[in-house]
Amino acid sequence: MKTVRIIPRLDIKGPNLVKGIHLEGLRALGKPYDFAKHYYDCGADELLLMDVVASLYERNSLHDIITETAKNNFIPTTVGGGIRTVDDIKNILRAGADKVCLNTAAIKNPQFIREASRKFGSSTIVVAIEAIEDNGKYLAYTDNGREYTGLDVFEWAQQIEELGAGELVITSVDKEGTGNGFDTELISKINKLVTIPVIAHGGAGKKEDVINLIKSSPISAVMISSIFHYDYIQSNKSMVSSLEGNLQFLKQKTRINKLNPCSIIDLKNELKKNNINCR
Amino acid sequence: MKKGKKNVVIIDYQLGNLFSVKQACNFIGISAIVSSNKDDILAADALILPGVGAFIQAMANLKKLDLCDAIKQKVHEGTPIFGICLGLQLLFTKSEEFGDGNGLDLISGTVKKFPNKLKNRDIKVPHIMWNQIYTQNKPWKESPLKDLNNFDFMYFIHSYYVEPTNSNCILTTTNYDEIEFCSSVIQKNIFATQFHPEKSSNKGITIYENWALINNLI
Repeated sequence: MKTVRIIPRLDIKGPNLVKGIHLEGLRALGKPYDFAKHYYDCGADELLLMDVVASLYERNSLHDIITETAKNNFIPTTVGGGIRTVDDIKNILRAGADKVCLNTAAIKNPQFIREASRKFGSSTIVVAIEAIEDNGKYLAYTDNGREYTGLDVFEWAQQIEELGAGELVITSVDKEGTGNGFDTELISKINKLVTIPVIAHGGAGKKEDVINLIKSSPISAVMISSIFHYDYIQSNKSMVSSLEGNLQFLKQKTRINKLNPCSIIDLKNELKKNNINCR
Repeated sequence: MKKGKKNVVIIDYQLGNLFSVKQACNFIGISAIVSSNKDDILAADALILPGVGAFIQAMANLKKLDLCDAIKQKVHEGTPIFGICLGLQLLFTKSEEFGDGNGLDLISGTVKKFPNKLKNRDIKVPHIMWNQIYTQNKPWKESPLKDLNNFDFMYFIHSYYVEPTNSNCILTTTNYDEIEFCSSVIQKNIFATQFHPEKSSNKGITIYENWALINNLI
């Protein structure tokens, strides 16, 4: 059998779970632990925790959140954001993560992917590509789509595989947070190009977007944040734990028009109805 | 309850992440210690051999730490051992990874790599997904899988799989994109899984609990 994994993505800034659009304009939504616990109970296949400002400030401060989240959550947890050295990886794994997700440091020094996968095993090393379309070309960016690198996304994807990464996350920054649906062309092309599993991210606004994507390309996993987060917020009172972050959004209780929130359970039921295998 | 009295050792050979294995043990009431020390292993009531990564590197580390003979001795004496993922593979005779890699040879068989292509189809490797475990003919009722249903989902993350010489030890098989492989084994005091029970939600934790109960560890 082949099943597709559904991976909730938790973007974290300081003590808060946040969400932006095009990886920018972050809004605080609540405590990461509450969301992680809820997603575990709903049948999430994995979790991704991303420290979204770590690369900017050259810090990685998620250790306490990782340990709290990994405790009693018996599914794989991947952690990304600001990972620059073998010691960073070691510390994150010790805190309770199962895999790490690299981006900026991997682009600055591609040999870091080789070093990390030799040391920790390929299956522990996930590399993320932040793709932005520019005049018909897809280019890889770093630091949440801020930093131009000039790297061609497809060449970079092949290089990532050759260097020994075990999985690849492809984020379409143009679609991310918009709810406009996935960039199926980009994702399908990447998926055909590499033999390692590909995780698609950026643009899910409703269940049908996920189904359309999987029908257009046999990807290994889908990473989703907005539609799950807003579903959880609508059904629960979420607590924002500190002053850090933009809290206006939560206070106003507005919602994004294009999003049609649903739970992981709803999504998986819909996948099964469409003959797409999942746990 | 004799909670905490039994001496369970998670063997640390400096590869992979032992945190989640320890967490699962804590959760079901085993206070396991993580150790690279031969004397700890020799004194253990039960052993867990986890691991993620490369077979050759793992065997090199076990040799460097002088643990191979201690593990073999304990298994021959009848001490329960629970192998997970790479820990399952290490129990076998040899791996075809980089040609010549000898394992602990506690179960006869070979460790093989998934092909990237099969009948002109591309196969994604590593096999990273929740996949089903099912029985060919072996009942689960005496094994740690006893409370599970045939075709339950478990979490897999691996590029290699084991091919036992004697199919009697095969407890479950799994089908990945039309490749059927052995996903767990049982042979006397040895129980080992290719999947990660500690990453397989409640059902996976049940496997830990049953293993501990069967071996009177809790």
